[in-house]
Amino acid sequence: MTEINQFETNPQSGSKAKFIIGGVLIVAAIIYLIASSATANAQYFLTVEETLQKSATGELGDRDLRISGAVIGDTINYNPQTLELSFTIAHVPGSKKELEAEGGLAIALHNAVNDPYRPRLRVVHNGPMPDLLQDEAQAIITGNLEGEVFYADELLLKCPTKYEESIPEQVE
Amino acid sequence: MALDIGFGSLTITFLVTLYAVGAAIYGERNKNDRWIDSARNAMLLTFPLLTISIISIIYLILTNQFQVNYVAHVSSLSMPVYLKITALWGSQAGSLVFWSWLLAAFAAAVMLRKWDNERDLLPWVIIITAGTLAFFLFLNVFFENPFARLWQSVQGVTVSMFAPSGAIPYIPANGQGLNPLLRHPGMIIHPPAQYLGFVSCIIPYAFAMASLITGRKDDNWIYISRRWTLWAWVFLSLGLVLGMRWAYDVLGWGGYWGWDPVEISALLPWLTGTAFLHSVMIQEKRGMFKQWNMVLIILTYDLVIFGTFLTRSGVLSSVHAFSTSAIGPLFFAFIALTLTASLGLLLHRWDDLKSNNELKSFFSREALFLLNNLLFMGVLVTSFWGVIFPLISELVSGQKVTVGPPFYERATAPLLGGLMLLMGVAPLSVWGYSSWKTLGRSIWKPFLASLLTIPVVFYLGIWKPWYAIVAFWMVGFVIAVTVYEFWCGTISRMRRFKENFFVALWKLVTRYRRRYGGYIIHLGMVLMALGIIGIEMFQTDTQGTIDVGEYLQLDEYTMTFDDIAIFDTNDGRYVTRAVVGIFKNDEKVSELYPRRDYFYDARQYVTVPGMRSTLADEFYVILVDLDPITRAIATFKIYHNPLVKWMWVGSWVFIVGFIVTVWPDKKPHTRR
Repeated sequence: MTEINQFETNPQSGSKAKFIIGGVLIVAAIIYLIASSATANAQYFLTVEETLQKSATGELGDRDLRISGAVIGDTINYNPQTLELSFTIAHVPGSKKELEAEGGLAIALHNAVNDPYRPRLRVVHNGPMPDLLQDEAQAIITGNLEGEVFYADELLLKCPTKYEESIPEQVE
Repeated sequence: MALDIGFGSLTITFLVTLYAVGAAIYGERNKNDRWIDSARNAMLLTFPLLTISIISIIYLILTNQFQVNYVAHVSSLSMPVYLKITALWGSQAGSLVFWSWLLAAFAAAVMLRKWDNERDLLPWVIIITAGTLAFFLFLNVFFENPFARLWQSVQGVTVSMFAPSGAIPYIPANGQGLNPLLRHPGMIIHPPAQYLGFVSCIIPYAFAMASLITGRKDDNWIYISRRWTLWAWVFLSLGLVLGMRWAYDVLGWGGYWGWDPVEISALLPWLTGTAFLHSVMIQEKRGMFKQWNMVLIILTYDLVIFGTFLTRSGVLSSVHAFSTSAIGPLFFAFIALTLTASLGLLLHRWDDLKSNNELKSFFSREALFLLNNLLFMGVLVTSFWGVIFPLISELVSGQKVTVGPPFYERATAPLLGGLMLLMGVAPLSVWGYSSWKTLGRSIWKPFLASLLTIPVVFYLGIWKPWYAIVAFWMVGFVIAVTVYEFWCGTISRMRRFKENFFVALWKLVTRYRRRYGGYIIHLGMVLMALGIIGIEMFQTDTQGTIDVGEYLQLDEYTMTFDDIAIFDTNDGRYVTRAVVGIFKNDEKVSELYPRRDYFYDARQYVTVPGMRSTLADEFYVILVDLDPITRAIATFKIYHNPLVKWMWVGSWVFIVGFIVTVWPDKKPHTRR
């Protein structure tokens, strides 16, 4: 057994300062890791409207973006040969307050898709077509804007609308 | 009828928990044991009462009572019975009742123990568990009521418990059905395991707080709640592993962990819990870190509440979040309240929890455990920071900034690497005093043995990336150290007691269960790490659209597209199933059936991958699309995931380690 109680016989070999310095160094290293990784990988989370405004003023550069919007079903275009997927998303307000004013996320998504004056953004993605990509789904896409087209590396989709069809005007 | 009974007993349980809190406070104040016993009986009563509520919900689901909003939401006529039962935790309201029910079960079990020596802790343990239970039941009764019904009136359909004036019951013909993605065996056990883990963290917290409040200076709370902590830990681990397995099998993106906020929220209490399990040993052996252990247990408790809050409140966008709901602010208030109260209490007792010893050397066991804790906290802070980063950046700059998986991977990889290294070094260190030399003397043999990993890795043809080689070496190092520990212990027993190898090994492990059980858990963790290294660093993939009779190639594998079948099932699915042959180096090794299921009730597709798994690698194929006109041209995405099976093997190993650790001793205190 390696577990021999030596600590009673050995004289104190270190001072408190040694441990404090060691601890501070480790904590500093961890903070540095977090800070540097965060700056290297931060993505701006924007609405479609903000994206278009910021891209017009050249504020975005080639930064990674994360954009939330409503999928317009008629615009979904998928080529299974090349796995190229493209669709258009419509602007949905970003703040909870605005969403609630519209009557909840499901209704806001519905309004966004059916309002031709909403700002829209074309999205291109290469990969399998996600099961949840359908009309009035909420899409959260990550990637880069190049010109007027958004090249998405990642798609996250949510469908809050399904239930409303079977039970109209449901209060959540 | 079932509805009234269920709701009635839910409401009564809420009142009973309030009574338990009140009676315990009154009894404690007036030193009146009869009131405390009454509070204890009230706690015992919560379990049968909530069982009635749970049975009522299951009954309502099984009998297709769609006028109940929850039933219409999570169930449908075509769902099989076992899924209907799991629909109990398929959505917000039901899962909260389920959570409360588990807590009531645990609280009742704690109430049943012998309290003779800890009579003073009892009222406080009741107040804390009953208070937590009351909070969750409050949410259920007033905000997320699983018994609320649908009503039709001139304004339309509304949801409420009791009939609004002028409304008649609204009964949908069929329910929406459980989200098809949740109709998977992993989903049947993942939520209960996760919840068991969450809930069992509350018990050690209750004992810790009771000990602080009563001003006890001993470590008794640790001994009492040790087994609870271990159970909590294993269930949190199982919850995580099952969740990963589900993601791997069902979500069909060839991965198991996406640094989703809700995944992280399940990881956070696991991190503090694991740190606690380690640092508590220092308190037991050396009487140090008492204050720190309190901090860890408080954090674990509030991270459990935070985890439930994140899953249930929809505050962050995630695949897990059910919907936005009114309960968010209430959770926030509850966390703020308990965190401030507990930390305030800890500060109040700070001086009572002074260490009995001081750190003496960098390479002593306790210093290495401290380092282990620092690294765990590092991973915790990184993950937590990533989750709240969008909220903070919005507060500070008005601009929501998020961080994705690359952030977490980059920031946590060195910390996790450090933890791996510690897993190898710390078991060979000694308590109290240890130096480079003493540590080196015990470590050089397994260290040399572990270096053999490197030529083996080269021999297998892996030359880059460098960090993969380092990672493989670390796995080898931890395994070598662990085996060495078993070996040395066994050999010394063989010499001392003249036992044969197997008897010696058996006695060694059964005499020092916690120590060797812990080593087996370490072994499980590094095997999991092996799987993670394989999939994270060596995953390859390809995709293509091919006709029946054609093939796709990836690494040494060839996949032939042999056939396609399209059919309806009697549980309401429209199935498109491909038959593909898998050839490895031109030799047929398997036939797989990747498919896409369309669920009529939920109007949603679910992709079910085909997998051919060996210990060396896994071939994972997804049927992405089938050309609807020709019905013969299909698109596949295929992944080659080396070593991934070790993740699941590792999880079995750590379950074995856990069983060894918690197996009850025949005779108490038979050490050495």
